[in-house]
Formats: sequence, C-alpha cells, structure tokens
Amino acid sequence: MKKFIKMMALTAAAIGMSAGAAVAEPLKVGFLYLTTPGDHGWTYAHELARQEVQAHFGDKVETTFVENVPEGPDAERVVRELARQGNQVIFGTSFGYMDPMLKVSKDFPDVKFEHITGYKRSGNMATGNIRFYEGRYVQGIVAGMMTKTNKIGYIAPFPIPEAYQGLNAFAIGMREANPNAEIMVIWANTWADPVKEADAAKVLVAQGADVMAQHTDTPAMLQTAEKAGIHGFGQASDMKEFAPNAQLFSSVNNWAPYYIEKIEQVLDGSWSTGDGPNHWAGNTWKGMADGYLELTTFENMPANVKAAAEAAAAKVKGGHNIFTGPIKDNKGNVVIKAGDALDDGRLWSDVFFYAEGIQGEMPG
Amino acid sequence: MYEELILTVLMTSVPLVYAAIGELVVERSGVLNLGVEGMMLMGAVAAFGIAMVSGSLFLGVLAGALAGMLTASLFGILVLGFATNQVATGLALTIFGTGLSGLVGAPLIGKAIEGLPQISLPVLSDLPVVGKLVFSHDLVAYGSVVVVVAVAYFLKRTRAGLVLRAIGDNHDSAHALGYPVLGVRFAAVLFGGMMAGIGGAYLPLMLTPHWAEGMTAGRGWIALALVVFASWMPWRVLVGALIFGGITIMQLAGQAEGWTIPSQFLSMLPYLATIIVLVLISGNREFALANSPACLGRAFHAGK
Repeated sequence: MKKFIKMMALTAAAIGMSAGAAVAEPLKVGFLYLTTPGDHGWTYAHELARQEVQAHFGDKVETTFVENVPEGPDAERVVRELARQGNQVIFGTSFGYMDPMLKVSKDFPDVKFEHITGYKRSGNMATGNIRFYEGRYVQGIVAGMMTKTNKIGYIAPFPIPEAYQGLNAFAIGMREANPNAEIMVIWANTWADPVKEADAAKVLVAQGADVMAQHTDTPAMLQTAEKAGIHGFGQASDMKEFAPNAQLFSSVNNWAPYYIEKIEQVLDGSWSTGDGPNHWAGNTWKGMADGYLELTTFENMPANVKAAAEAAAAKVKGGHNIFTGPIKDNKGNVVIKAGDALDDGRLWSDVFFYAEGIQGEMPG
Repeated sequence: MYEELILTVLMTSVPLVYAAIGELVVERSGVLNLGVEGMMLMGAVAAFGIAMVSGSLFLGVLAGALAGMLTASLFGILVLGFATNQVATGLALTIFGTGLSGLVGAPLIGKAIEGLPQISLPVLSDLPVVGKLVFSHDLVAYGSVVVVVAVAYFLKRTRAGLVLRAIGDNHDSAHALGYPVLGVRFAAVLFGGMMAGIGGAYLPLMLTPHWAEGMTAGRGWIALALVVFASWMPWRVLVGALIFGGITIMQLAGQAEGWTIPSQFLSMLPYLATIIVLVLISGNREFALANSPACLGRAFHAGK
C-alpha cells in the first residue's frame, strides 16, 4: 500500500514536471530500499542519509524512495519506473539490485545509476561501498582485552567476501591484543532470524564465550549477552537501548557523505563511474577515515581498553592497512607474506581463510 | 555447559509444541489450516505490543492467544462459512498475517522489553542438574506440556474428543448422526489459532525480547510438518518438537565447537531430519494413516 501511494506520488510528480518544463527543475533522485526504514539497521541508515541529502541540497534536489523492493525481477520494474519518471540519479541500496540496475542502465543512458555494495559497473552505473571490516578490527582489539575466558563468540551471516573481511579483521585485532584468545564462529546462514541468532548466542554463552560479536542484523545476540551478564558489539546501528550494560560499541553505517558527494558531482557535471584499480574493488570504497563508518561511544569497558580502542580507531583512520603481512591462517600457514598487504582488489578475492585465533574449519 | 544447551533446546521447542498441538486438533477435525505461520506472527506482534504497553507479560500472552484466535476466525469463516478451498485460504492467511503483523508492528521496532521470569521454586530449583532442567522454566513453557496432556486426554478419553475425531474421519456420517460439523470445526480452528498465537507470543516475549518483521522465520511450517511427523498423535508432537529443537541447537553448538562439517549442511539438518522421518513414516502405510483424518482438507456441504 505504501509502495502504491509512493508510486502515485511519483507519477503525479512526473506529470508536474512535464507540465512546467520551462522552470529550472530540481535534480530528481530516487532510492530503492530493501525493507522499510523501520528495520533500525541497514535500510534505516540509508533513509537517514537520504534525509540528510534533502536537508543539504534544499530545493535543488528532490528525493523519493520506494520501500520493500524485493531483489530480483521486481527490482527491475521499479528501477525502470523510477527512470521513466524523470529521476536523473537512482541509488539502489541492496546487493541484489545489481543485475536489474545494470540492465536498465543500458536502456537509460542519460540516467546515473549508483549501486551500493555491488561490483558490476557500466558507462552510467557506478558502485559505492563502506569498509565495514575496519570497525571489526577495533572490535577485535576490545574483545581480546575484555575476555577473561579467552573464548569469544562470533555469529557470521553467509560465507561471502564481506563476511570474511569482517571475521578476519576481527581476529587480527583480537590476536594483536591477546595472543591466547580464540574465536568460536557460528555461521547462521541468515541476515536476520532473531530466534536463530538468540539460539546461537545462547549456545556460545553455554560454551564459555564472555564477549560476542555479530555480523547478523537483529539485536537478539546483544539481548542474550545482556541477560547472561557478558559483553558484545552492536551491528549497523546503535543497539544500546537493547543492551545498556552489554554493548561495548556499535559500528554505524553513514551513507550521507557518499550520497552528497555523488549528487554534487552530478550537479557540477563531474560525475563519472570512476575507474578503480581493480574490477572487484568498487570505485568508491571508504571507511572510518572519511566518516562513512562511525563507531558509537566506547562504553562498559575499563579506561585502558577504551584507550586502546581509541588508539586503534585513530590508527585505522590514519590509513593503517589491517591486512598487512605476515598473517597466518589458523593452521600456521602464511597467507599474507611479510611486506605484502592486500589491496582493494585482493580484499575481495584473497580473504577466504580463517586467520589465527579462529577455531575450526571454513564452511565448505 | 550441557545443562545450558539442553535448556536452550527445551525453550526453542516450546513455540513449536504450541503451534503443532493446535494444528493437530484442527486437522483431527478434518480441516487443514496452512496459515499457522501467519497466526503465529499475529500472536507475536500482539503479544509484544500489549506486553510493552501494559508492562504485563501475562496480558501479552493473552493478547497473543486472542490475536491468533481472531486471525483463525477469519480462516474459519471463509473455509467453513463459504466452503472456500482450504489450501488456498490457508496460504492466503499466512501471507495476510505476515503483511498485517509487519504493518501493525512497525512502531514496535527498536523497542525492548524484559522477558518472562523463570520460576524459582525453593529447594527444587536448586537441585543439581534436575533443578535447572525441570524446575526452572517460565509458566508458558510448563503450559506447553499441560496442553499436550490435555489434548491427548481430550481426544482419547472424552466424548467431545470422540465427536471431533468422528467429524474429521467422516463428516457426512457425523452430520447424519446430528453432530454440528461446522460448529465443532470452527471451535477446533479457533483453538488452533489460540495455540499458534501463544506459540508466536513466546518468541518476542521469551526467546528474544524484541519484535522483528517475520520473526517466526518458517517455524509455522515446521509446526505443520510436525503434525504429520507425529502422525496426528499428541505425544509424538512433543517428541518431534524436541528432536527438531535438539538438532537445531546441536548444529549451532557443533559449529562453535569447530566441527569440520559445512555450516550450510548443519543448517539444513533439522529440515533433513524432518523429511527423513516423514519418508520413514510414510513407508509404513498402516502406521502413517492409522490416525490420519479421512476427511482432512475436504469441504463439508450439509445440504447433500
């Protein structure tokens, strides 16, 4: 229903535009959302950024959004509709919009397509992403210092490059702070199933974890940590409300600088799809240094841990490459040699290992 | 450690027991309601909302039960009143419940509540092992066992239970004998809705105290499978739910222990186990159909 109303509004706006074409029109920018902004996670972060865009540009830009756009063929229809209705920039905020957007981009060469977290580009389709793994490195350091049992629980989503970047960055940070700590990983094979995430967290607590991290989206793990009297990290947004005593900090996604920069480029004519050094890299991929990834206040930790977390965050902002060799996998093999470091391209192809400190075997 | 794992298994099984035992009664009366997932979601969102506003978990559970019944009554009116196709109506009910619960629940996202308190009995709860496993749950968890016992007794030992089974096996004969086929079925559908609602309520009240859209994540469908798994016998629902919960937790614990089995395979295990048991049961026709209601899924027309 909401979608329908939105579409009606878009149609009305399109009619309005053709009627008054003589007046200087605002730049029309469309957004596709996977869920409603009420998820307090992924889509919520995009909606906050859209509002910031609107506030930043005022009447120079007119933004619209379509919620609950399923990934796949339905997305193509919505993208096409947005393009047809005169949107000159279209942001697709989920990985699964990649192929539909690429297809539509060829039919609308004058429209600028911006795909979030994907890797396919065309003459008028660019990609943007956040270095989520940077926050996990800081989490690893805090976890390594906070644990008393030396057992840390980690709930991972699907075995994809982004998940390995995060898990290994976490392990690298943890081992820097505490060479005896071990990570127990559970692959939940879901982004959001609160009951399963809570079950996984309970299992980790039962097996002795006293700090837990998650790459899944709901606050279920933190609530379990709160109840068990242990600590954990929130995901994508500040989850303090769910776990006032358990949350050490959350890494928060901030898309506003990216959106504003790209729209400014469209307005002054300098927009391009870029040409990153490597196809997989994503031509805009920024992190903590540029404010794309923000860490919430460090809480529920002693002063020395807080100081270490702040130092680690500053180091990352200063350009430290977390994946700098020598880095060993959990069987002792050197996976990144001394003097070597993963560049943006290899961060997508060479991260499929379990770094030292992660227990068990990689999922098949 | 094992005590805690077993405790988690027991808790994970509770919503499945409720949803499945409700559906079992519905199916025993000859009605197939595929809307369990939708009813559970309606129960979950109502329970969370009311518990948050009132601060009372008891009212939350009550609201969950009522919401489940209300959703079920819609199904009952369509299927029994208008003799619509049960499979299609049930599927529609799931889609409807998923959508409506998301809409109603939108303002509840991002809110948290305190979970149900675990009962602490003097002496008993402090007993080693048994104290933790048997004597320290919440009331709703104990209720699930009570309901299974009550349903087993009702179906096997009471006259009303016999009538319900007769209607499920041959609604024309039951009608000829003067039994109110539609009335009994409607009551059964309402009971099924109430149980699904309580099962759904357990998720945001106890398992993970917040509301998330579609948080049942397929547990309603598992409950439906459990009814067949149990070959329509109440006790076996309890066993089936525990097996399912056990495998779910085992695969998580196995991963954390570093088992060298692909996690995708482990995630699949609970469903695989259900399918294997279904195949084994179906292999023995007599056993499979002994309690299967003969009129399951068939519309009843009194005028014939």
